[in-house]
Amino acid sequence: MDLIWTGIIKAVNMLVSLDPEIYDIAWLTVKITGAATLIGLCVGIPAGLGLSVSRFPGRRLIIALINTGMGLPPVVVGLFVALFLWRMGPLGSLRLIYTPAAMVIAQVLIVVPIIAGLSLAAFQNVDPSALLQARALGASKTQALLVILKESRLPQLAAVMAGFGGAISEVGAVLMVGGDINGQTRVLTTAIVQETRMGRFEVAIALSLVLLALSFAVNIFLTCIQQKGAQEWRPHTWK
Amino acid sequence: MKNSLSVAAAVWLMGQSLSAFPAAAPPVAAGDLILATTTSLKDSGLLDVLLPRFEAASSLRVKAIAVGSGEALRMGEQGNADVLIVHSPADEEKFMAAGFGKDRKELMTNDFVLVGPSADPAEVRGRTVFDALRAIFENGAIFLSRSDGSGTDKKERDLWKLAGFEPKGRWYLETGQGMAETLRIASEKEGYTLTDRGTFLSLTGRLGLRVLVEGGKDLLNVYHVITVNPGRFPETNISGAEALMNFLMSPDVQTFIGQFGRDKYGAAFFMPSSKGPGDGPER
Repeated sequence: MDLIWTGIIKAVNMLVSLDPEIYDIAWLTVKITGAATLIGLCVGIPAGLGLSVSRFPGRRLIIALINTGMGLPPVVVGLFVALFLWRMGPLGSLRLIYTPAAMVIAQVLIVVPIIAGLSLAAFQNVDPSALLQARALGASKTQALLVILKESRLPQLAAVMAGFGGAISEVGAVLMVGGDINGQTRVLTTAIVQETRMGRFEVAIALSLVLLALSFAVNIFLTCIQQKGAQEWRPHTWK
Repeated sequence: MKNSLSVAAAVWLMGQSLSAFPAAAPPVAAGDLILATTTSLKDSGLLDVLLPRFEAASSLRVKAIAVGSGEALRMGEQGNADVLIVHSPADEEKFMAAGFGKDRKELMTNDFVLVGPSADPAEVRGRTVFDALRAIFENGAIFLSRSDGSGTDKKERDLWKLAGFEPKGRWYLETGQGMAETLRIASEKEGYTLTDRGTFLSLTGRLGLRVLVEGGKDLLNVYHVITVNPGRFPETNISGAEALMNFLMSPDVQTFIGQFGRDKYGAAFFMPSSKGPGDGPER
């Protein structure tokens, strides 16, 4: 108990004194996970939209694969990305292994199925009559797609939160492709593992608090957008 | 309004993210060097002190990847690393004989110690390492094994073999993890384990374990630095690897290694192997 308490006190001291190492690590974490989430959005939402409105052979298989991918173990992603990016691997000439870019690639692979799967579910929940009405009112195909996108934007934000949460909290993939190099590829989760190994629990606790605070701040931000959207959206639905 | 706010935030985040990418610029400058090393060395904190000095003096950027000695040698065999620091002498000799390495120099030593709970249920304190293993085996006392293909793991297996026992059973626990984690588990389970002295020292005061058996040539732990043979893998950064090797073997750095840990833990983690580049034992 003593260890936990003194650890938390030391951790708060480090945070208040703006320990530069901790903030550098936190900032790199935000950049990497932010990039992975944005790329995941750009890929995942169109994929979910496409799957919700189109019908083609093999569609169910793809949906089943995406749903499986939502639970993709990060260490498996890390292993395969590392195998490809290692210097002698098929993509070794890109020289990306042990760089932040490699970590973004791994996190994108983790995030895309989460966002695609949840956004597909969101699109499929859109009231079909909204689409019919839009078409009846003479909307083009593109305009109809925009209607679906608008109608489902609240659950879409939940998809973004889930994707961001999945990326910022994983350690297996970023450790394998990033290597936890001090000052280059060390992020909050890999730093927590390393500091715990070295017995520096107070630093590990400080980093954990930063990780939780970061995750909380992003989710508060997204929740505010979502709930404000919910309020102004209610009065004039498609009726 | 809210939308424009979130779009602005997204654009800002995207801009920040892109600026973080080495991918935007050529991802790897000519001066990148991949050092595959052991977890025990990374956990000791020595690299965190030495590598920034080397980088400042050489304009190379070192990527130190902490893996077990077994995996480090595999990375060398496949051309995925430029330089290795490992402590698994028999495997290293095979590695050199197969032509995967260019040069191999003895960097430093420390020693392995057998640690366990101070209550010492198997009564191994002060015995030779082989007698101690016999006592643990015969009492079925809890023993934690790394079982991760690391240099320490290889050493432990060799010691069991030399002692004439095959460790197996409910008392013999294989963690598959690094030294620091394994020490922590040994401490929690009140078991015995074999550790390098450096990692044990770095966790002083945080474990309920004591050094029970130490000393003797059977417990010597030798670290070598190996440059990967560029004849096999032209992509490897041999000039960088040799620069790092020369840096590590230089008199200043060797002296520094001999001091590292003294101020904080009262004992040095490692004994340097040479006083200068000239008289380093070379193989």
